[in-house]
Parts: sequence; C-alpha cells; structure tokens
Amino acid sequence: MSAPHELAASSSAASAAGLPPRRLAWQRFIAHPAALPSLLLLLALALGALAAPFVEGLLGVDATRADLFGRYEAPSSAHPLGKDELGRDLLVRLLYGGRVSLGVGLTAALAAMVIGSLVGVIAGYFGGSLDAFLMRLADTIIALPLLPLLIVLAAVDLGKLGMPPALVQSEMASFWQIVVLIALFGWTTVARLVRGSVMSLKRREFVRAAEALGAGPWRIMLRHLLPNALSPILVATTLSVGNVILLESVLSFLGLGIQPPLPSWGNMLSGAQETLWAAPRLAIWPGILIFATVIAFNFLGDALQDAVDPRAPRGA
Amino acid sequence: MSRFLLQRLIESLLVLWLMSFLVYLLIGLMPGDPIDLMISADPNLSSADAQRLREIYGLDQPLFSRYWAWLTSALSGDLGYSRLFNRPVEDILFPRLGNTLLLMSCALILALVIALPLGVAAARRPGSFLDVAVNLGAFAGASLPSFWLAILLILLFAVTLGWLPAGGTGQEGLVERLRHLILPVVALSIASVAGLLRHVRASVREALRQDWVRTARAKGLSEGQVVYGHVLRNAMIPVITILALELGTLFGGALITETVFAWLGMGKTIYDAIIGNDFNLALIGLLLATATVLLANLLADLVYAWLDPRIDFR
Repeated sequence: MSAPHELAASSSAASAAGLPPRRLAWQRFIAHPAALPSLLLLLALALGALAAPFVEGLLGVDATRADLFGRYEAPSSAHPLGKDELGRDLLVRLLYGGRVSLGVGLTAALAAMVIGSLVGVIAGYFGGSLDAFLMRLADTIIALPLLPLLIVLAAVDLGKLGMPPALVQSEMASFWQIVVLIALFGWTTVARLVRGSVMSLKRREFVRAAEALGAGPWRIMLRHLLPNALSPILVATTLSVGNVILLESVLSFLGLGIQPPLPSWGNMLSGAQETLWAAPRLAIWPGILIFATVIAFNFLGDALQDAVDPRAPRGA
Repeated sequence: MSRFLLQRLIESLLVLWLMSFLVYLLIGLMPGDPIDLMISADPNLSSADAQRLREIYGLDQPLFSRYWAWLTSALSGDLGYSRLFNRPVEDILFPRLGNTLLLMSCALILALVIALPLGVAAARRPGSFLDVAVNLGAFAGASLPSFWLAILLILLFAVTLGWLPAGGTGQEGLVERLRHLILPVVALSIASVAGLLRHVRASVREALRQDWVRTARAKGLSEGQVVYGHVLRNAMIPVITILALELGTLFGGALITETVFAWLGMGKTIYDAIIGNDFNLALIGLLLATATVLLANLLADLVYAWLDPRIDFR
C-alpha cells in the first residue's frame, strides 16, 4: 500500500517529529476526543451482534418464536430488556438486528466506495467527454429526491425483474436489494473526491515516470493513482456508513427495507407508534442503538479526517 | 447570464423527462398491475377475461408505446384518476403540495433562526464551551433518525404530557392548525439545523480569517459591524447553496415526518400511493417532487450569482 513515492512525499513531515507518518496519523486520530469512545462503542456493538446466537443460548430463548402469552412482558432476569409485541426477547432481537443494520451499513458503504473510486479514477484520469458525462451523471443523481426514489425502487418486485423465485423469497433478498439500491445512489461523493485527487496526481512526476516505463492506463489508475487518493476515500466512506444506516432504518421503518421476520433496528421500530402506549421501551431501544452507531461512525470519520489531513481546522 | 439560465432550464427539463420514464418503468415493476387489482375485486373473472381487459386497457402493448400514450395525455392536461381517492390526481396533489410547502418553509425558517445565531457565535469563539456544545449538537442532530425523533416527540408531548396532538393536519381554526404543526416542524427541522450549524460555523470561521476582516477592524469598525456587515455577508454565499441542496433532503424528511404524524402532504401521499398501488398518483407525485427539487437547485444557482458578482456564467 505504501508505495515509495508516498513515503518520500511525507518524509519531511515525519522527520520533524522523528516518527513514521503512520504513527503520526494514529496520534492525531487518537487526539480527537471522541475517537476512542466511538471506536470502543462500535467494537462492542459488533461483538454483541456477532455473539447473538451465543447470548440466545445463554438466556435459553428463541428469538424467532412468538409467545402470544408473553406480549409486552416487562424486563426480568430471564429477559433483560423484556419482550416485544409478539412476545419475543427484545435483547436478542436487538443483537440480531445489529447484524443486519451494521451489515447493510458496511456492505453498502463499501460497495459505494468501490463504484465511486472506479468512476472517479476513470473520470479524473481520462478526462474529456467521458469525464464530463460521468460528472454530469453524478450531479443529476445528487439533484434527485433520494428518499422518494429509493421508496419506489425498494417497492420493486424482484420477481418481475426476472429473478428466480427461490432467490426472491429467500430471507436475505431484502438485505441485498437495499445494499444494491443504496450503493447505486451513494457513490457520487467518493467519485467526486477521487476525481479531484486524481486530476492533480496525474500530473505528478511518478505518474509520468510510470507512463514512460510503459505502464497501461489500468495499471496507472489502480497501482499509482488510487492508493494515493486513499485518505479522502477512507474518510468519506466512514462518514457514509452512518448515513447508510440511517437510510436503511427509515426504509425498513416504512416497511420497504428489510422484511420481517429478519430483524433490523429500523423495522423493529415500524410497529412502535402502535405500541407506544403499551410499551414505550420498544420504541426507545432500537432508536438508541441506531443513534449511537451513526454518531460513532460520524465521530470516527471526523477523527480520521484529522488524522489524514493535519492542515484542516479541527471540526470544520 | 440569460444563456446560462436557459441552458440550466433545458437541463432540468431533460432530467425531469428522463425521470418520468424511469419512474414509469419502475412503477410497472411494482407488485401487481391494474388488472390484478380488478381481479381481486371480482374473483369470478377468468384468465381469458383478464387477458381481454389487459388488451382493452392497452396493458399488452410494449412499454414504450404505453409510456408514450401516458406522456401525451399527461402533457395535454389529463393526469389520470387516483385509484385510492377516485378523483382526478391534480385534485388530490395540489392542495397537499400546499400543506407540504407550509411544513417545509416553517421547518426551514426554524432551522435558520436556530442555526444562524448559534453558528456565528460559535465561530467567533473557537474552542469555547459554546463552540464545543454547538459542534456536539450538530453531530447529534445529523445522527438522529428523524422518524425516531418524531416518535419520541409523540411519546413525550402527546402520550405522556398530553399537550399536543399526536398527528393529523388539523381542520378548524388557526390555533388548532398551529398546534398540529408544532411537532412535525420540530421533527423535520432538526436535521437541517445540524447541517446548517456545521456550514455556518465553518464558513464564518473561514471568512474571519480573511485579510479584509483585519482591514475592517483596523479602520475602527465595531466588532458587530465587522461580523454582521462584512463577515456574515460573505459567509452566507456557501450557506445559500447548501440551503438549496437542503431542500431536496428536506423533501425526503417531509415524507418521513408526514407519514409519522399523518400530515396530509405530498410526502405522505406519495408513500400511501406507492403502498396502495395507486400508480397515477404515485407517478405524478414523484414527478412533482422532482420538479420542486430541480427548481430549488436552479434558484440556488441564481441567488448564488446574484450574491457573488465574482462568479462568471459564460
């Protein structure tokens, strides 16, 4: 990852403090007051989500089985957060919901990052009418009303697109539908950032040298340009995870995202307005987890920004 | 300038036209078609009858000719009938567009009233308690799912305290309408407050660093004159652009808020139309939403040019 020219470019800054650049970046990252708490919170949530079946076994409950005699049961030692409107254990459902919500957030953000990086590097390196077309496309997507459009797209019947029924009816179909939709609309930020970096990078000597040595355009784009544009990609992607989780939660809340019985923090809230009078805690917990996760990712992105770009003013 | 305007106008119309085709295509891909809905109303209908109905209504035609037929009749003023309301689409949509615009403009004004003074005050004292609090508040606001905030507001003000209605648009009297307006406006404005706070704070900070600020101070202007006469005017230029882009986000937010609070606006109508297979209503609703957002973007470009004479539009 660290090509020689990258080290050479930042060696003057490193020698000033006598530390390698990556250590310096880590120090700047950790100096952000919210960086460590956010990182720990996200690690804890991810561990909890991974440990969902383990917790399920420990409590001796089955999160998928409804118990209509135990609806809205108050918290007890057997059910630390009580039961939901169908009598399922809330804590275990929250943990399983975390798998889905974090899974959608990370997968869709990474997919958007890959699309955005490719579009950005192609637009920036080739320039000309291809660049104009791609950036016009990005502008158009940004100008569209995102949420109404996503709602229509999420309502699309996959069977009518000619997908096999076994795939359409599988539990994960709604998961992948949401990931693909969000990735299709989410690549524009990364594409613009990468294009900007590539436009200035492609005139630098090391790129000219690689061209003179006979490297083809793909090798130059993937080996020389993209690795040097990694910092803005990383920051934008981290910041976008939070937004993706927000989008997923609202689509699922509206009944168009993740389809039950698969739980996500968003679809656990879709009945909240009806259960508000009976058990407000059902409306509180999933929301707190969404909020905490999103703010942690936003803080993390902010701290990464500080780490990779020491010149930018703090918090600006 | 007028050439630039014309070009942008043509582009916007082009996007709107592309969008109309895209949405037409997508709505055809949603579960069920109009004939399926008729079948569910009359279970005795045979499949041969269903086929005949499809032919009568032109649903056996290829996509492009169906789209063309829809487009020509829509352009001649026939927007079709709403299946849910049994009334012409325009009779449903236009009053509700008014409700949405009321909600959005109140939310935008509230957001500006909160974010402008706080953002400027924070930028003037970097690192102060206020600055840190504003920054944290902006992060929290941007991370809050607005539908959850809406639910929390209902829980606190409608369920627990009983001060305000939990939903609805309110019919009789100004006071009743205002009471119904408060919670949706607050829920809708939080995300905009957060976004604006960050941008106002950053751009005022940036403006304060400029040389002309030192000049203004050096010639003996009071701090208030410097900030409100010089800095704010320059700092507003990027903020205005953000504000226009914010309108698109605000429209999405309105859809959520209206659905949670049962506010009879465009967003809720589009959502209900999509869920209820009301194709004509959904199609026109989405296009109207797109047109509104595109118009806002166009307006932003104009205001931008008017505010900043340095921008050259040739």
